[in-house]
Amino acid sequence: MNLILEVHNISKSFSGVKVLDNITFKLEKGEVHALLGENGAGKSTFMKILMGLIQPDAGKIFLEGNEIKHSNVHDMMKRGISMIHQEILMVSELTVAQNIFLGKETHRFNWLNESDIYQKSQQLLKTLNVEIDAHTKMKFLSIADRQMVEIAKAISNKAKVIIMDEPTSALSDREVSTLFTIIKDLKNQGVSVIYISHKMDEIYKISDRITVLRDGKYITTKNTHEFPQNELISMMVGREIEDLFPVIETVRGNTILTVKNLTKKGKFEGINFEVCAGEVLGIAGLVGAGRTEIALSIAGLDTFDSGMVLIDGQETNIKSPKDAMKYGIGYVSEDRKALGFIPHLSVKHNITLSSMPKFSKAGFMSDSREETLALQMNHDLKIRASSIQQKVLNLSGGNQQKVVIGKVLLSNPKIIILDEPTRGIDVGAKFEIYKLINDLKIKGLAVIIISSELPEILGMSDRILVLSKGKQTAILSKSEATQENIMHYAVH
Amino acid sequence: MQSIKKLKEYGIFIAFLLICITLTIISPQFLTISNWLIIFTQVAINALLAFGVTFVIITGGIDLSIGSVVAVSGIVVATLAHPDQFPLIIPILGGLLTGLFIGILNGFLITKSKIAPFIVTLGIMTIGRGVALIISNGRPISNLADSFNFIGGGEILGIPFPIIILIIVFSVCSIVLKKTVFGRYVYAVGGNEQAAWASGINVNQVKMAVYALCGLLSGLAGILLTSRITTGQPNAGVGFELDAIAAAVIGGTSTTGGIGTITGTLFGVILIGVLNNGLDLLNVSSYYQQVAMGIIIIGAVLLDSWNLKTNR
Repeated sequence: MNLILEVHNISKSFSGVKVLDNITFKLEKGEVHALLGENGAGKSTFMKILMGLIQPDAGKIFLEGNEIKHSNVHDMMKRGISMIHQEILMVSELTVAQNIFLGKETHRFNWLNESDIYQKSQQLLKTLNVEIDAHTKMKFLSIADRQMVEIAKAISNKAKVIIMDEPTSALSDREVSTLFTIIKDLKNQGVSVIYISHKMDEIYKISDRITVLRDGKYITTKNTHEFPQNELISMMVGREIEDLFPVIETVRGNTILTVKNLTKKGKFEGINFEVCAGEVLGIAGLVGAGRTEIALSIAGLDTFDSGMVLIDGQETNIKSPKDAMKYGIGYVSEDRKALGFIPHLSVKHNITLSSMPKFSKAGFMSDSREETLALQMNHDLKIRASSIQQKVLNLSGGNQQKVVIGKVLLSNPKIIILDEPTRGIDVGAKFEIYKLINDLKIKGLAVIIISSELPEILGMSDRILVLSKGKQTAILSKSEATQENIMHYAVH
Repeated sequence: MQSIKKLKEYGIFIAFLLICITLTIISPQFLTISNWLIIFTQVAINALLAFGVTFVIITGGIDLSIGSVVAVSGIVVATLAHPDQFPLIIPILGGLLTGLFIGILNGFLITKSKIAPFIVTLGIMTIGRGVALIISNGRPISNLADSFNFIGGGEILGIPFPIIILIIVFSVCSIVLKKTVFGRYVYAVGGNEQAAWASGINVNQVKMAVYALCGLLSGLAGILLTSRITTGQPNAGVGFELDAIAAAVIGGTSTTGGIGTITGTLFGVILIGVLNNGLDLLNVSSYYQQVAMGIIIIGAVLLDSWNLKTNR
């Protein structure tokens, strides 16, 4: 065995709570090693230790046989450990090349040698087979391209170990396959990759070995091809999950939402569909097909050029999210950090934020009613917080998502649009969100789910609307829909 | 461990107590009722301004124009407050409406033009000062009615009237921020403007309201100051905005928005007042007082950021 990184018996506590308990981890040269575990399993703390962001309380780390002590981020980067972050950290006003060489600019007596970094960056991007101009400002790049720049930056740091945290969460299928080609190239060059993801199909496609953490403890390490998925999931959650997508049959009610010929230039055109009470409509398509754009226009976060949105058969006049809520349209954004919650407000205050007028009199709030309703919602959605007074900032992704859904539900919508409802959420919490969607269906809400994960769309929807380049190419019933024909219509 | 955390949390409060204890030991005058009445009377104007600017800062904005608003409203008030000219209510309304008007103007420009609040209120600050000088022809306006001078100099049951105003405004602001829907929206807008908007909050309305409120309170401060010095001064209030912002920041208001309380700001106001009063009692030159103020501002924010980190 040719080990590049060895971690022995690492432990770490935060204010008395053991977050990591005696973790051992071995990374071979040139392997892709998936690290799995639910949110809160300790993955991110573990990664922060490897990055030198925090110091372990006990245990040892060896890189290429040398023990590393009291390191910091800069030090770890120099030694060859780089991380591709879930949320990309780049200076948006600088160019691609300036970002790649940030902190290691070539200069002579402090005069920057700009042409040199552009030349080197362009070459680097070429070896990655991506067509990005090194002169472009970072802010003009798509998320996928920014990720490629991050990888280029890691390579330019002569990284021996690259940590990828949910690298595909914002990528389309084509971009994912580009990324996987790059990962394979990296492997061949002897670079090791620690791959963190909640997407099972990717783990099986790209990884050589899998390590599972649960509740801060090391559970197991196995070769990927000897590790069946159901066993893997039960190791992660510590219990059996029989069926990830619990199917529920409901009686379809009246038509709630009707969209007629909805068009926004350059985004989408000629969109027609209906959603009934007690029905889940899935919207599928590649990234950039206009899924989110349609949702934003219906929910008042954006405008549209022509067409109609009807609720209960009545034409609406929606100019803001506030208007949309009056008509009973609730929207849960794909970007919960930017559009979902207020980080410094408590769980309670976030849940009630959209319904304030409901329990206020002459502008004054009724503390007791607010408390009761928030507690009820907190209980219904099984939000795991120390109390409803806890700041949402300090919750895990899955619980933050539940808070946002709770906020929308408390405003009593007739139709709820869930945009990527399980992005960045662990398996256990995903399952709970699926159950919740079924509950909403039973209660007679109309539900729209937008998702990049085909199994999720297939598992949860009664009908599936497929988009391709801003146009609607099919509406498939549950019996017609398969991964293959959705993809067929999505690339139409 | 726990006690260290506590110490950090109340660090600024402990520092305040230490200052008070030291002053009590050194100067026998410090811990007397009359001295504290002086302190509170002196800080009343800064308190009104600081409460207003706290609302603005919590929404993630800033208002640099409040010092100039004090001057303009002061000039308007003084013009209307000559003896036997109008009933008392007219100069008071004049001062309040002047402040409110400028506040609404700030809010309007900020929400409609999308120019940064710093720039808008910097511009209005300069315009306001100019307007005060134009109206007054650059000269102080004196000869004010006795009934008007009661506002800044009078007493009720031995309590100076400015302190009574301070207590009323403190209570109202505190309740508005804590107990009303508007107050909650103020935090939401400052915490995450986009998410607040997507949650159905009329963000522009909230912003308009905080600048209007800040203007109104600055107008009130202008009335109080004019009455206290029994003159309308076009050059009054220079630098007041910075004292108000300092008090809010010392009291734990985050300049990036979303965090802050009226009680915290009151504490900041009192700390500044006690420091100035104590150093006066000890005959320390005002030059050194400024140095001390600066140290307190940076120290308070340092303690706060330290707190945020350990609470993660």
